[in-house]
Amino acid sequence: MKPPPFRYSRPESITEALALLDDEAKVLAGGQSLVPLLNFRLAAPEHLVDINRLTALSYVDTANGAVRVGALARHADLLASDAAAAAQPLLRQALRWVAHPAIRNRGTTVGSLVHADPAGEMPAVLALLGGTVHVASTAGERSIPASDFFLGPLESAVQPDELAVEAEFPVLPRTGTGTGFAEISRRRGDYAVCGVAVLAWLAADARIGGASAAYLSMGPVPVVVDLTEAVAGTAADAATFPAAAGLARDRLNPQPDIHATASYRRHLAGVLTERALLTAVARAREARDA
Amino acid sequence: MTAYQDANGEELHEVRLTVNGTARAARVPARRLLSDCLRHDLRLTGTHVGCEHGVCGACTILLDGAAVRSCLLLAVSVDGTDITTVEGLAGPDGTLSPVQQAFAECHGLQCGYCTPGFLTTITAGLAVTPDPDDEQARDMIGGNLCRCTGYQNILAAVHRAAEITRERAADAGGRS
Repeated sequence: MKPPPFRYSRPESITEALALLDDEAKVLAGGQSLVPLLNFRLAAPEHLVDINRLTALSYVDTANGAVRVGALARHADLLASDAAAAAQPLLRQALRWVAHPAIRNRGTTVGSLVHADPAGEMPAVLALLGGTVHVASTAGERSIPASDFFLGPLESAVQPDELAVEAEFPVLPRTGTGTGFAEISRRRGDYAVCGVAVLAWLAADARIGGASAAYLSMGPVPVVVDLTEAVAGTAADAATFPAAAGLARDRLNPQPDIHATASYRRHLAGVLTERALLTAVARAREARDA
Repeated sequence: MTAYQDANGEELHEVRLTVNGTARAARVPARRLLSDCLRHDLRLTGTHVGCEHGVCGACTILLDGAAVRSCLLLAVSVDGTDITTVEGLAGPDGTLSPVQQAFAECHGLQCGYCTPGFLTTITAGLAVTPDPDDEQARDMIGGNLCRCTGYQNILAAVHRAAEITRERAADAGGRS
């Protein structure tokens, strides 16, 4: 189908963009989620504010202890950034699972956060790492921590008069920490039936100190589960993590849909938790031994 | 931006594009998808429209060299860009591009509806990954649907296209 009519603006500066945003406006960045919604006429904004000329927001910046991603940086830009992958390996691990190259070439990372799809990879990454989204409006700027950012399916804390200008992902501490990502979808690049991002760290005695996980497609928003009680004290070279898988299955309450029953999703959460943990712990050992 | 309107009073925007090396212009409503702008306004019907929500990949074109879905772009939003459609893949004398040649040799198409999207996608993919292994080749075409071929011949065409590209480069090198 075709989009319904709308008023269209293409500001040349952030100041100009902010002046255009109000209750009737919707921001267009990459449009890889918004344009399908327009084509299906599930969304019919009065006014579309196209930020594709705000090239000052195309940056991926890794200085000062964080990976800062501007509102116009495409997924492909972040995926291609070796500096970002070195500072926070989880970004590249997860971005490989974001749709297909043709979508990643246009879709933006900040846009996928604001879109707040519970099946999205990057919302889970932001939630797990405790990142922040910086937003601006004519009234000023504010910073929203990940824990307050995702309100429900396709609902973030960004208000209609606000522009999300930057996502800030904390870097991985250098010593004894590692990350992993695992996902199952029906076709590579499709929406995840279940996915998980894991952060693990080693204790001083070289056993596992703790871990946490964030799940996608397992609730209305990314679901963060602390796995520490299930893995702390386990040998860092363990081949399986049955207690962590069990904890994930106990804590999650997924919904069924046409792709998977709730019990299958819960089963996947256990399996994928172990897989992502294996990667994360292996990376943590490499980081310790390096 | 402009004061033009269509018969229904909808505002029209001037869009200037370089399409397959030629400067083109169209006056379109803001809601005109790039896929429709190419097909209807510029009469380049090689770009095919399948699902119109980004799933099938039939409408894939190259935007400043990168593969994108033209059904998920507003024409007005890509004003000023450089676009390559399937019509722009062959040489000026009609010589098939390596990917087109490989599809012909490997029987990589049957009904042909999805083919323009595969050709553009693989052209961009091989530019980044010139010598893909089997998994990389599968990954390259993972975002495009084909209901006829069963994909095996398309996969063979990805490898053959990489080969043809190398052969042509060697030939050109040998002649100089």
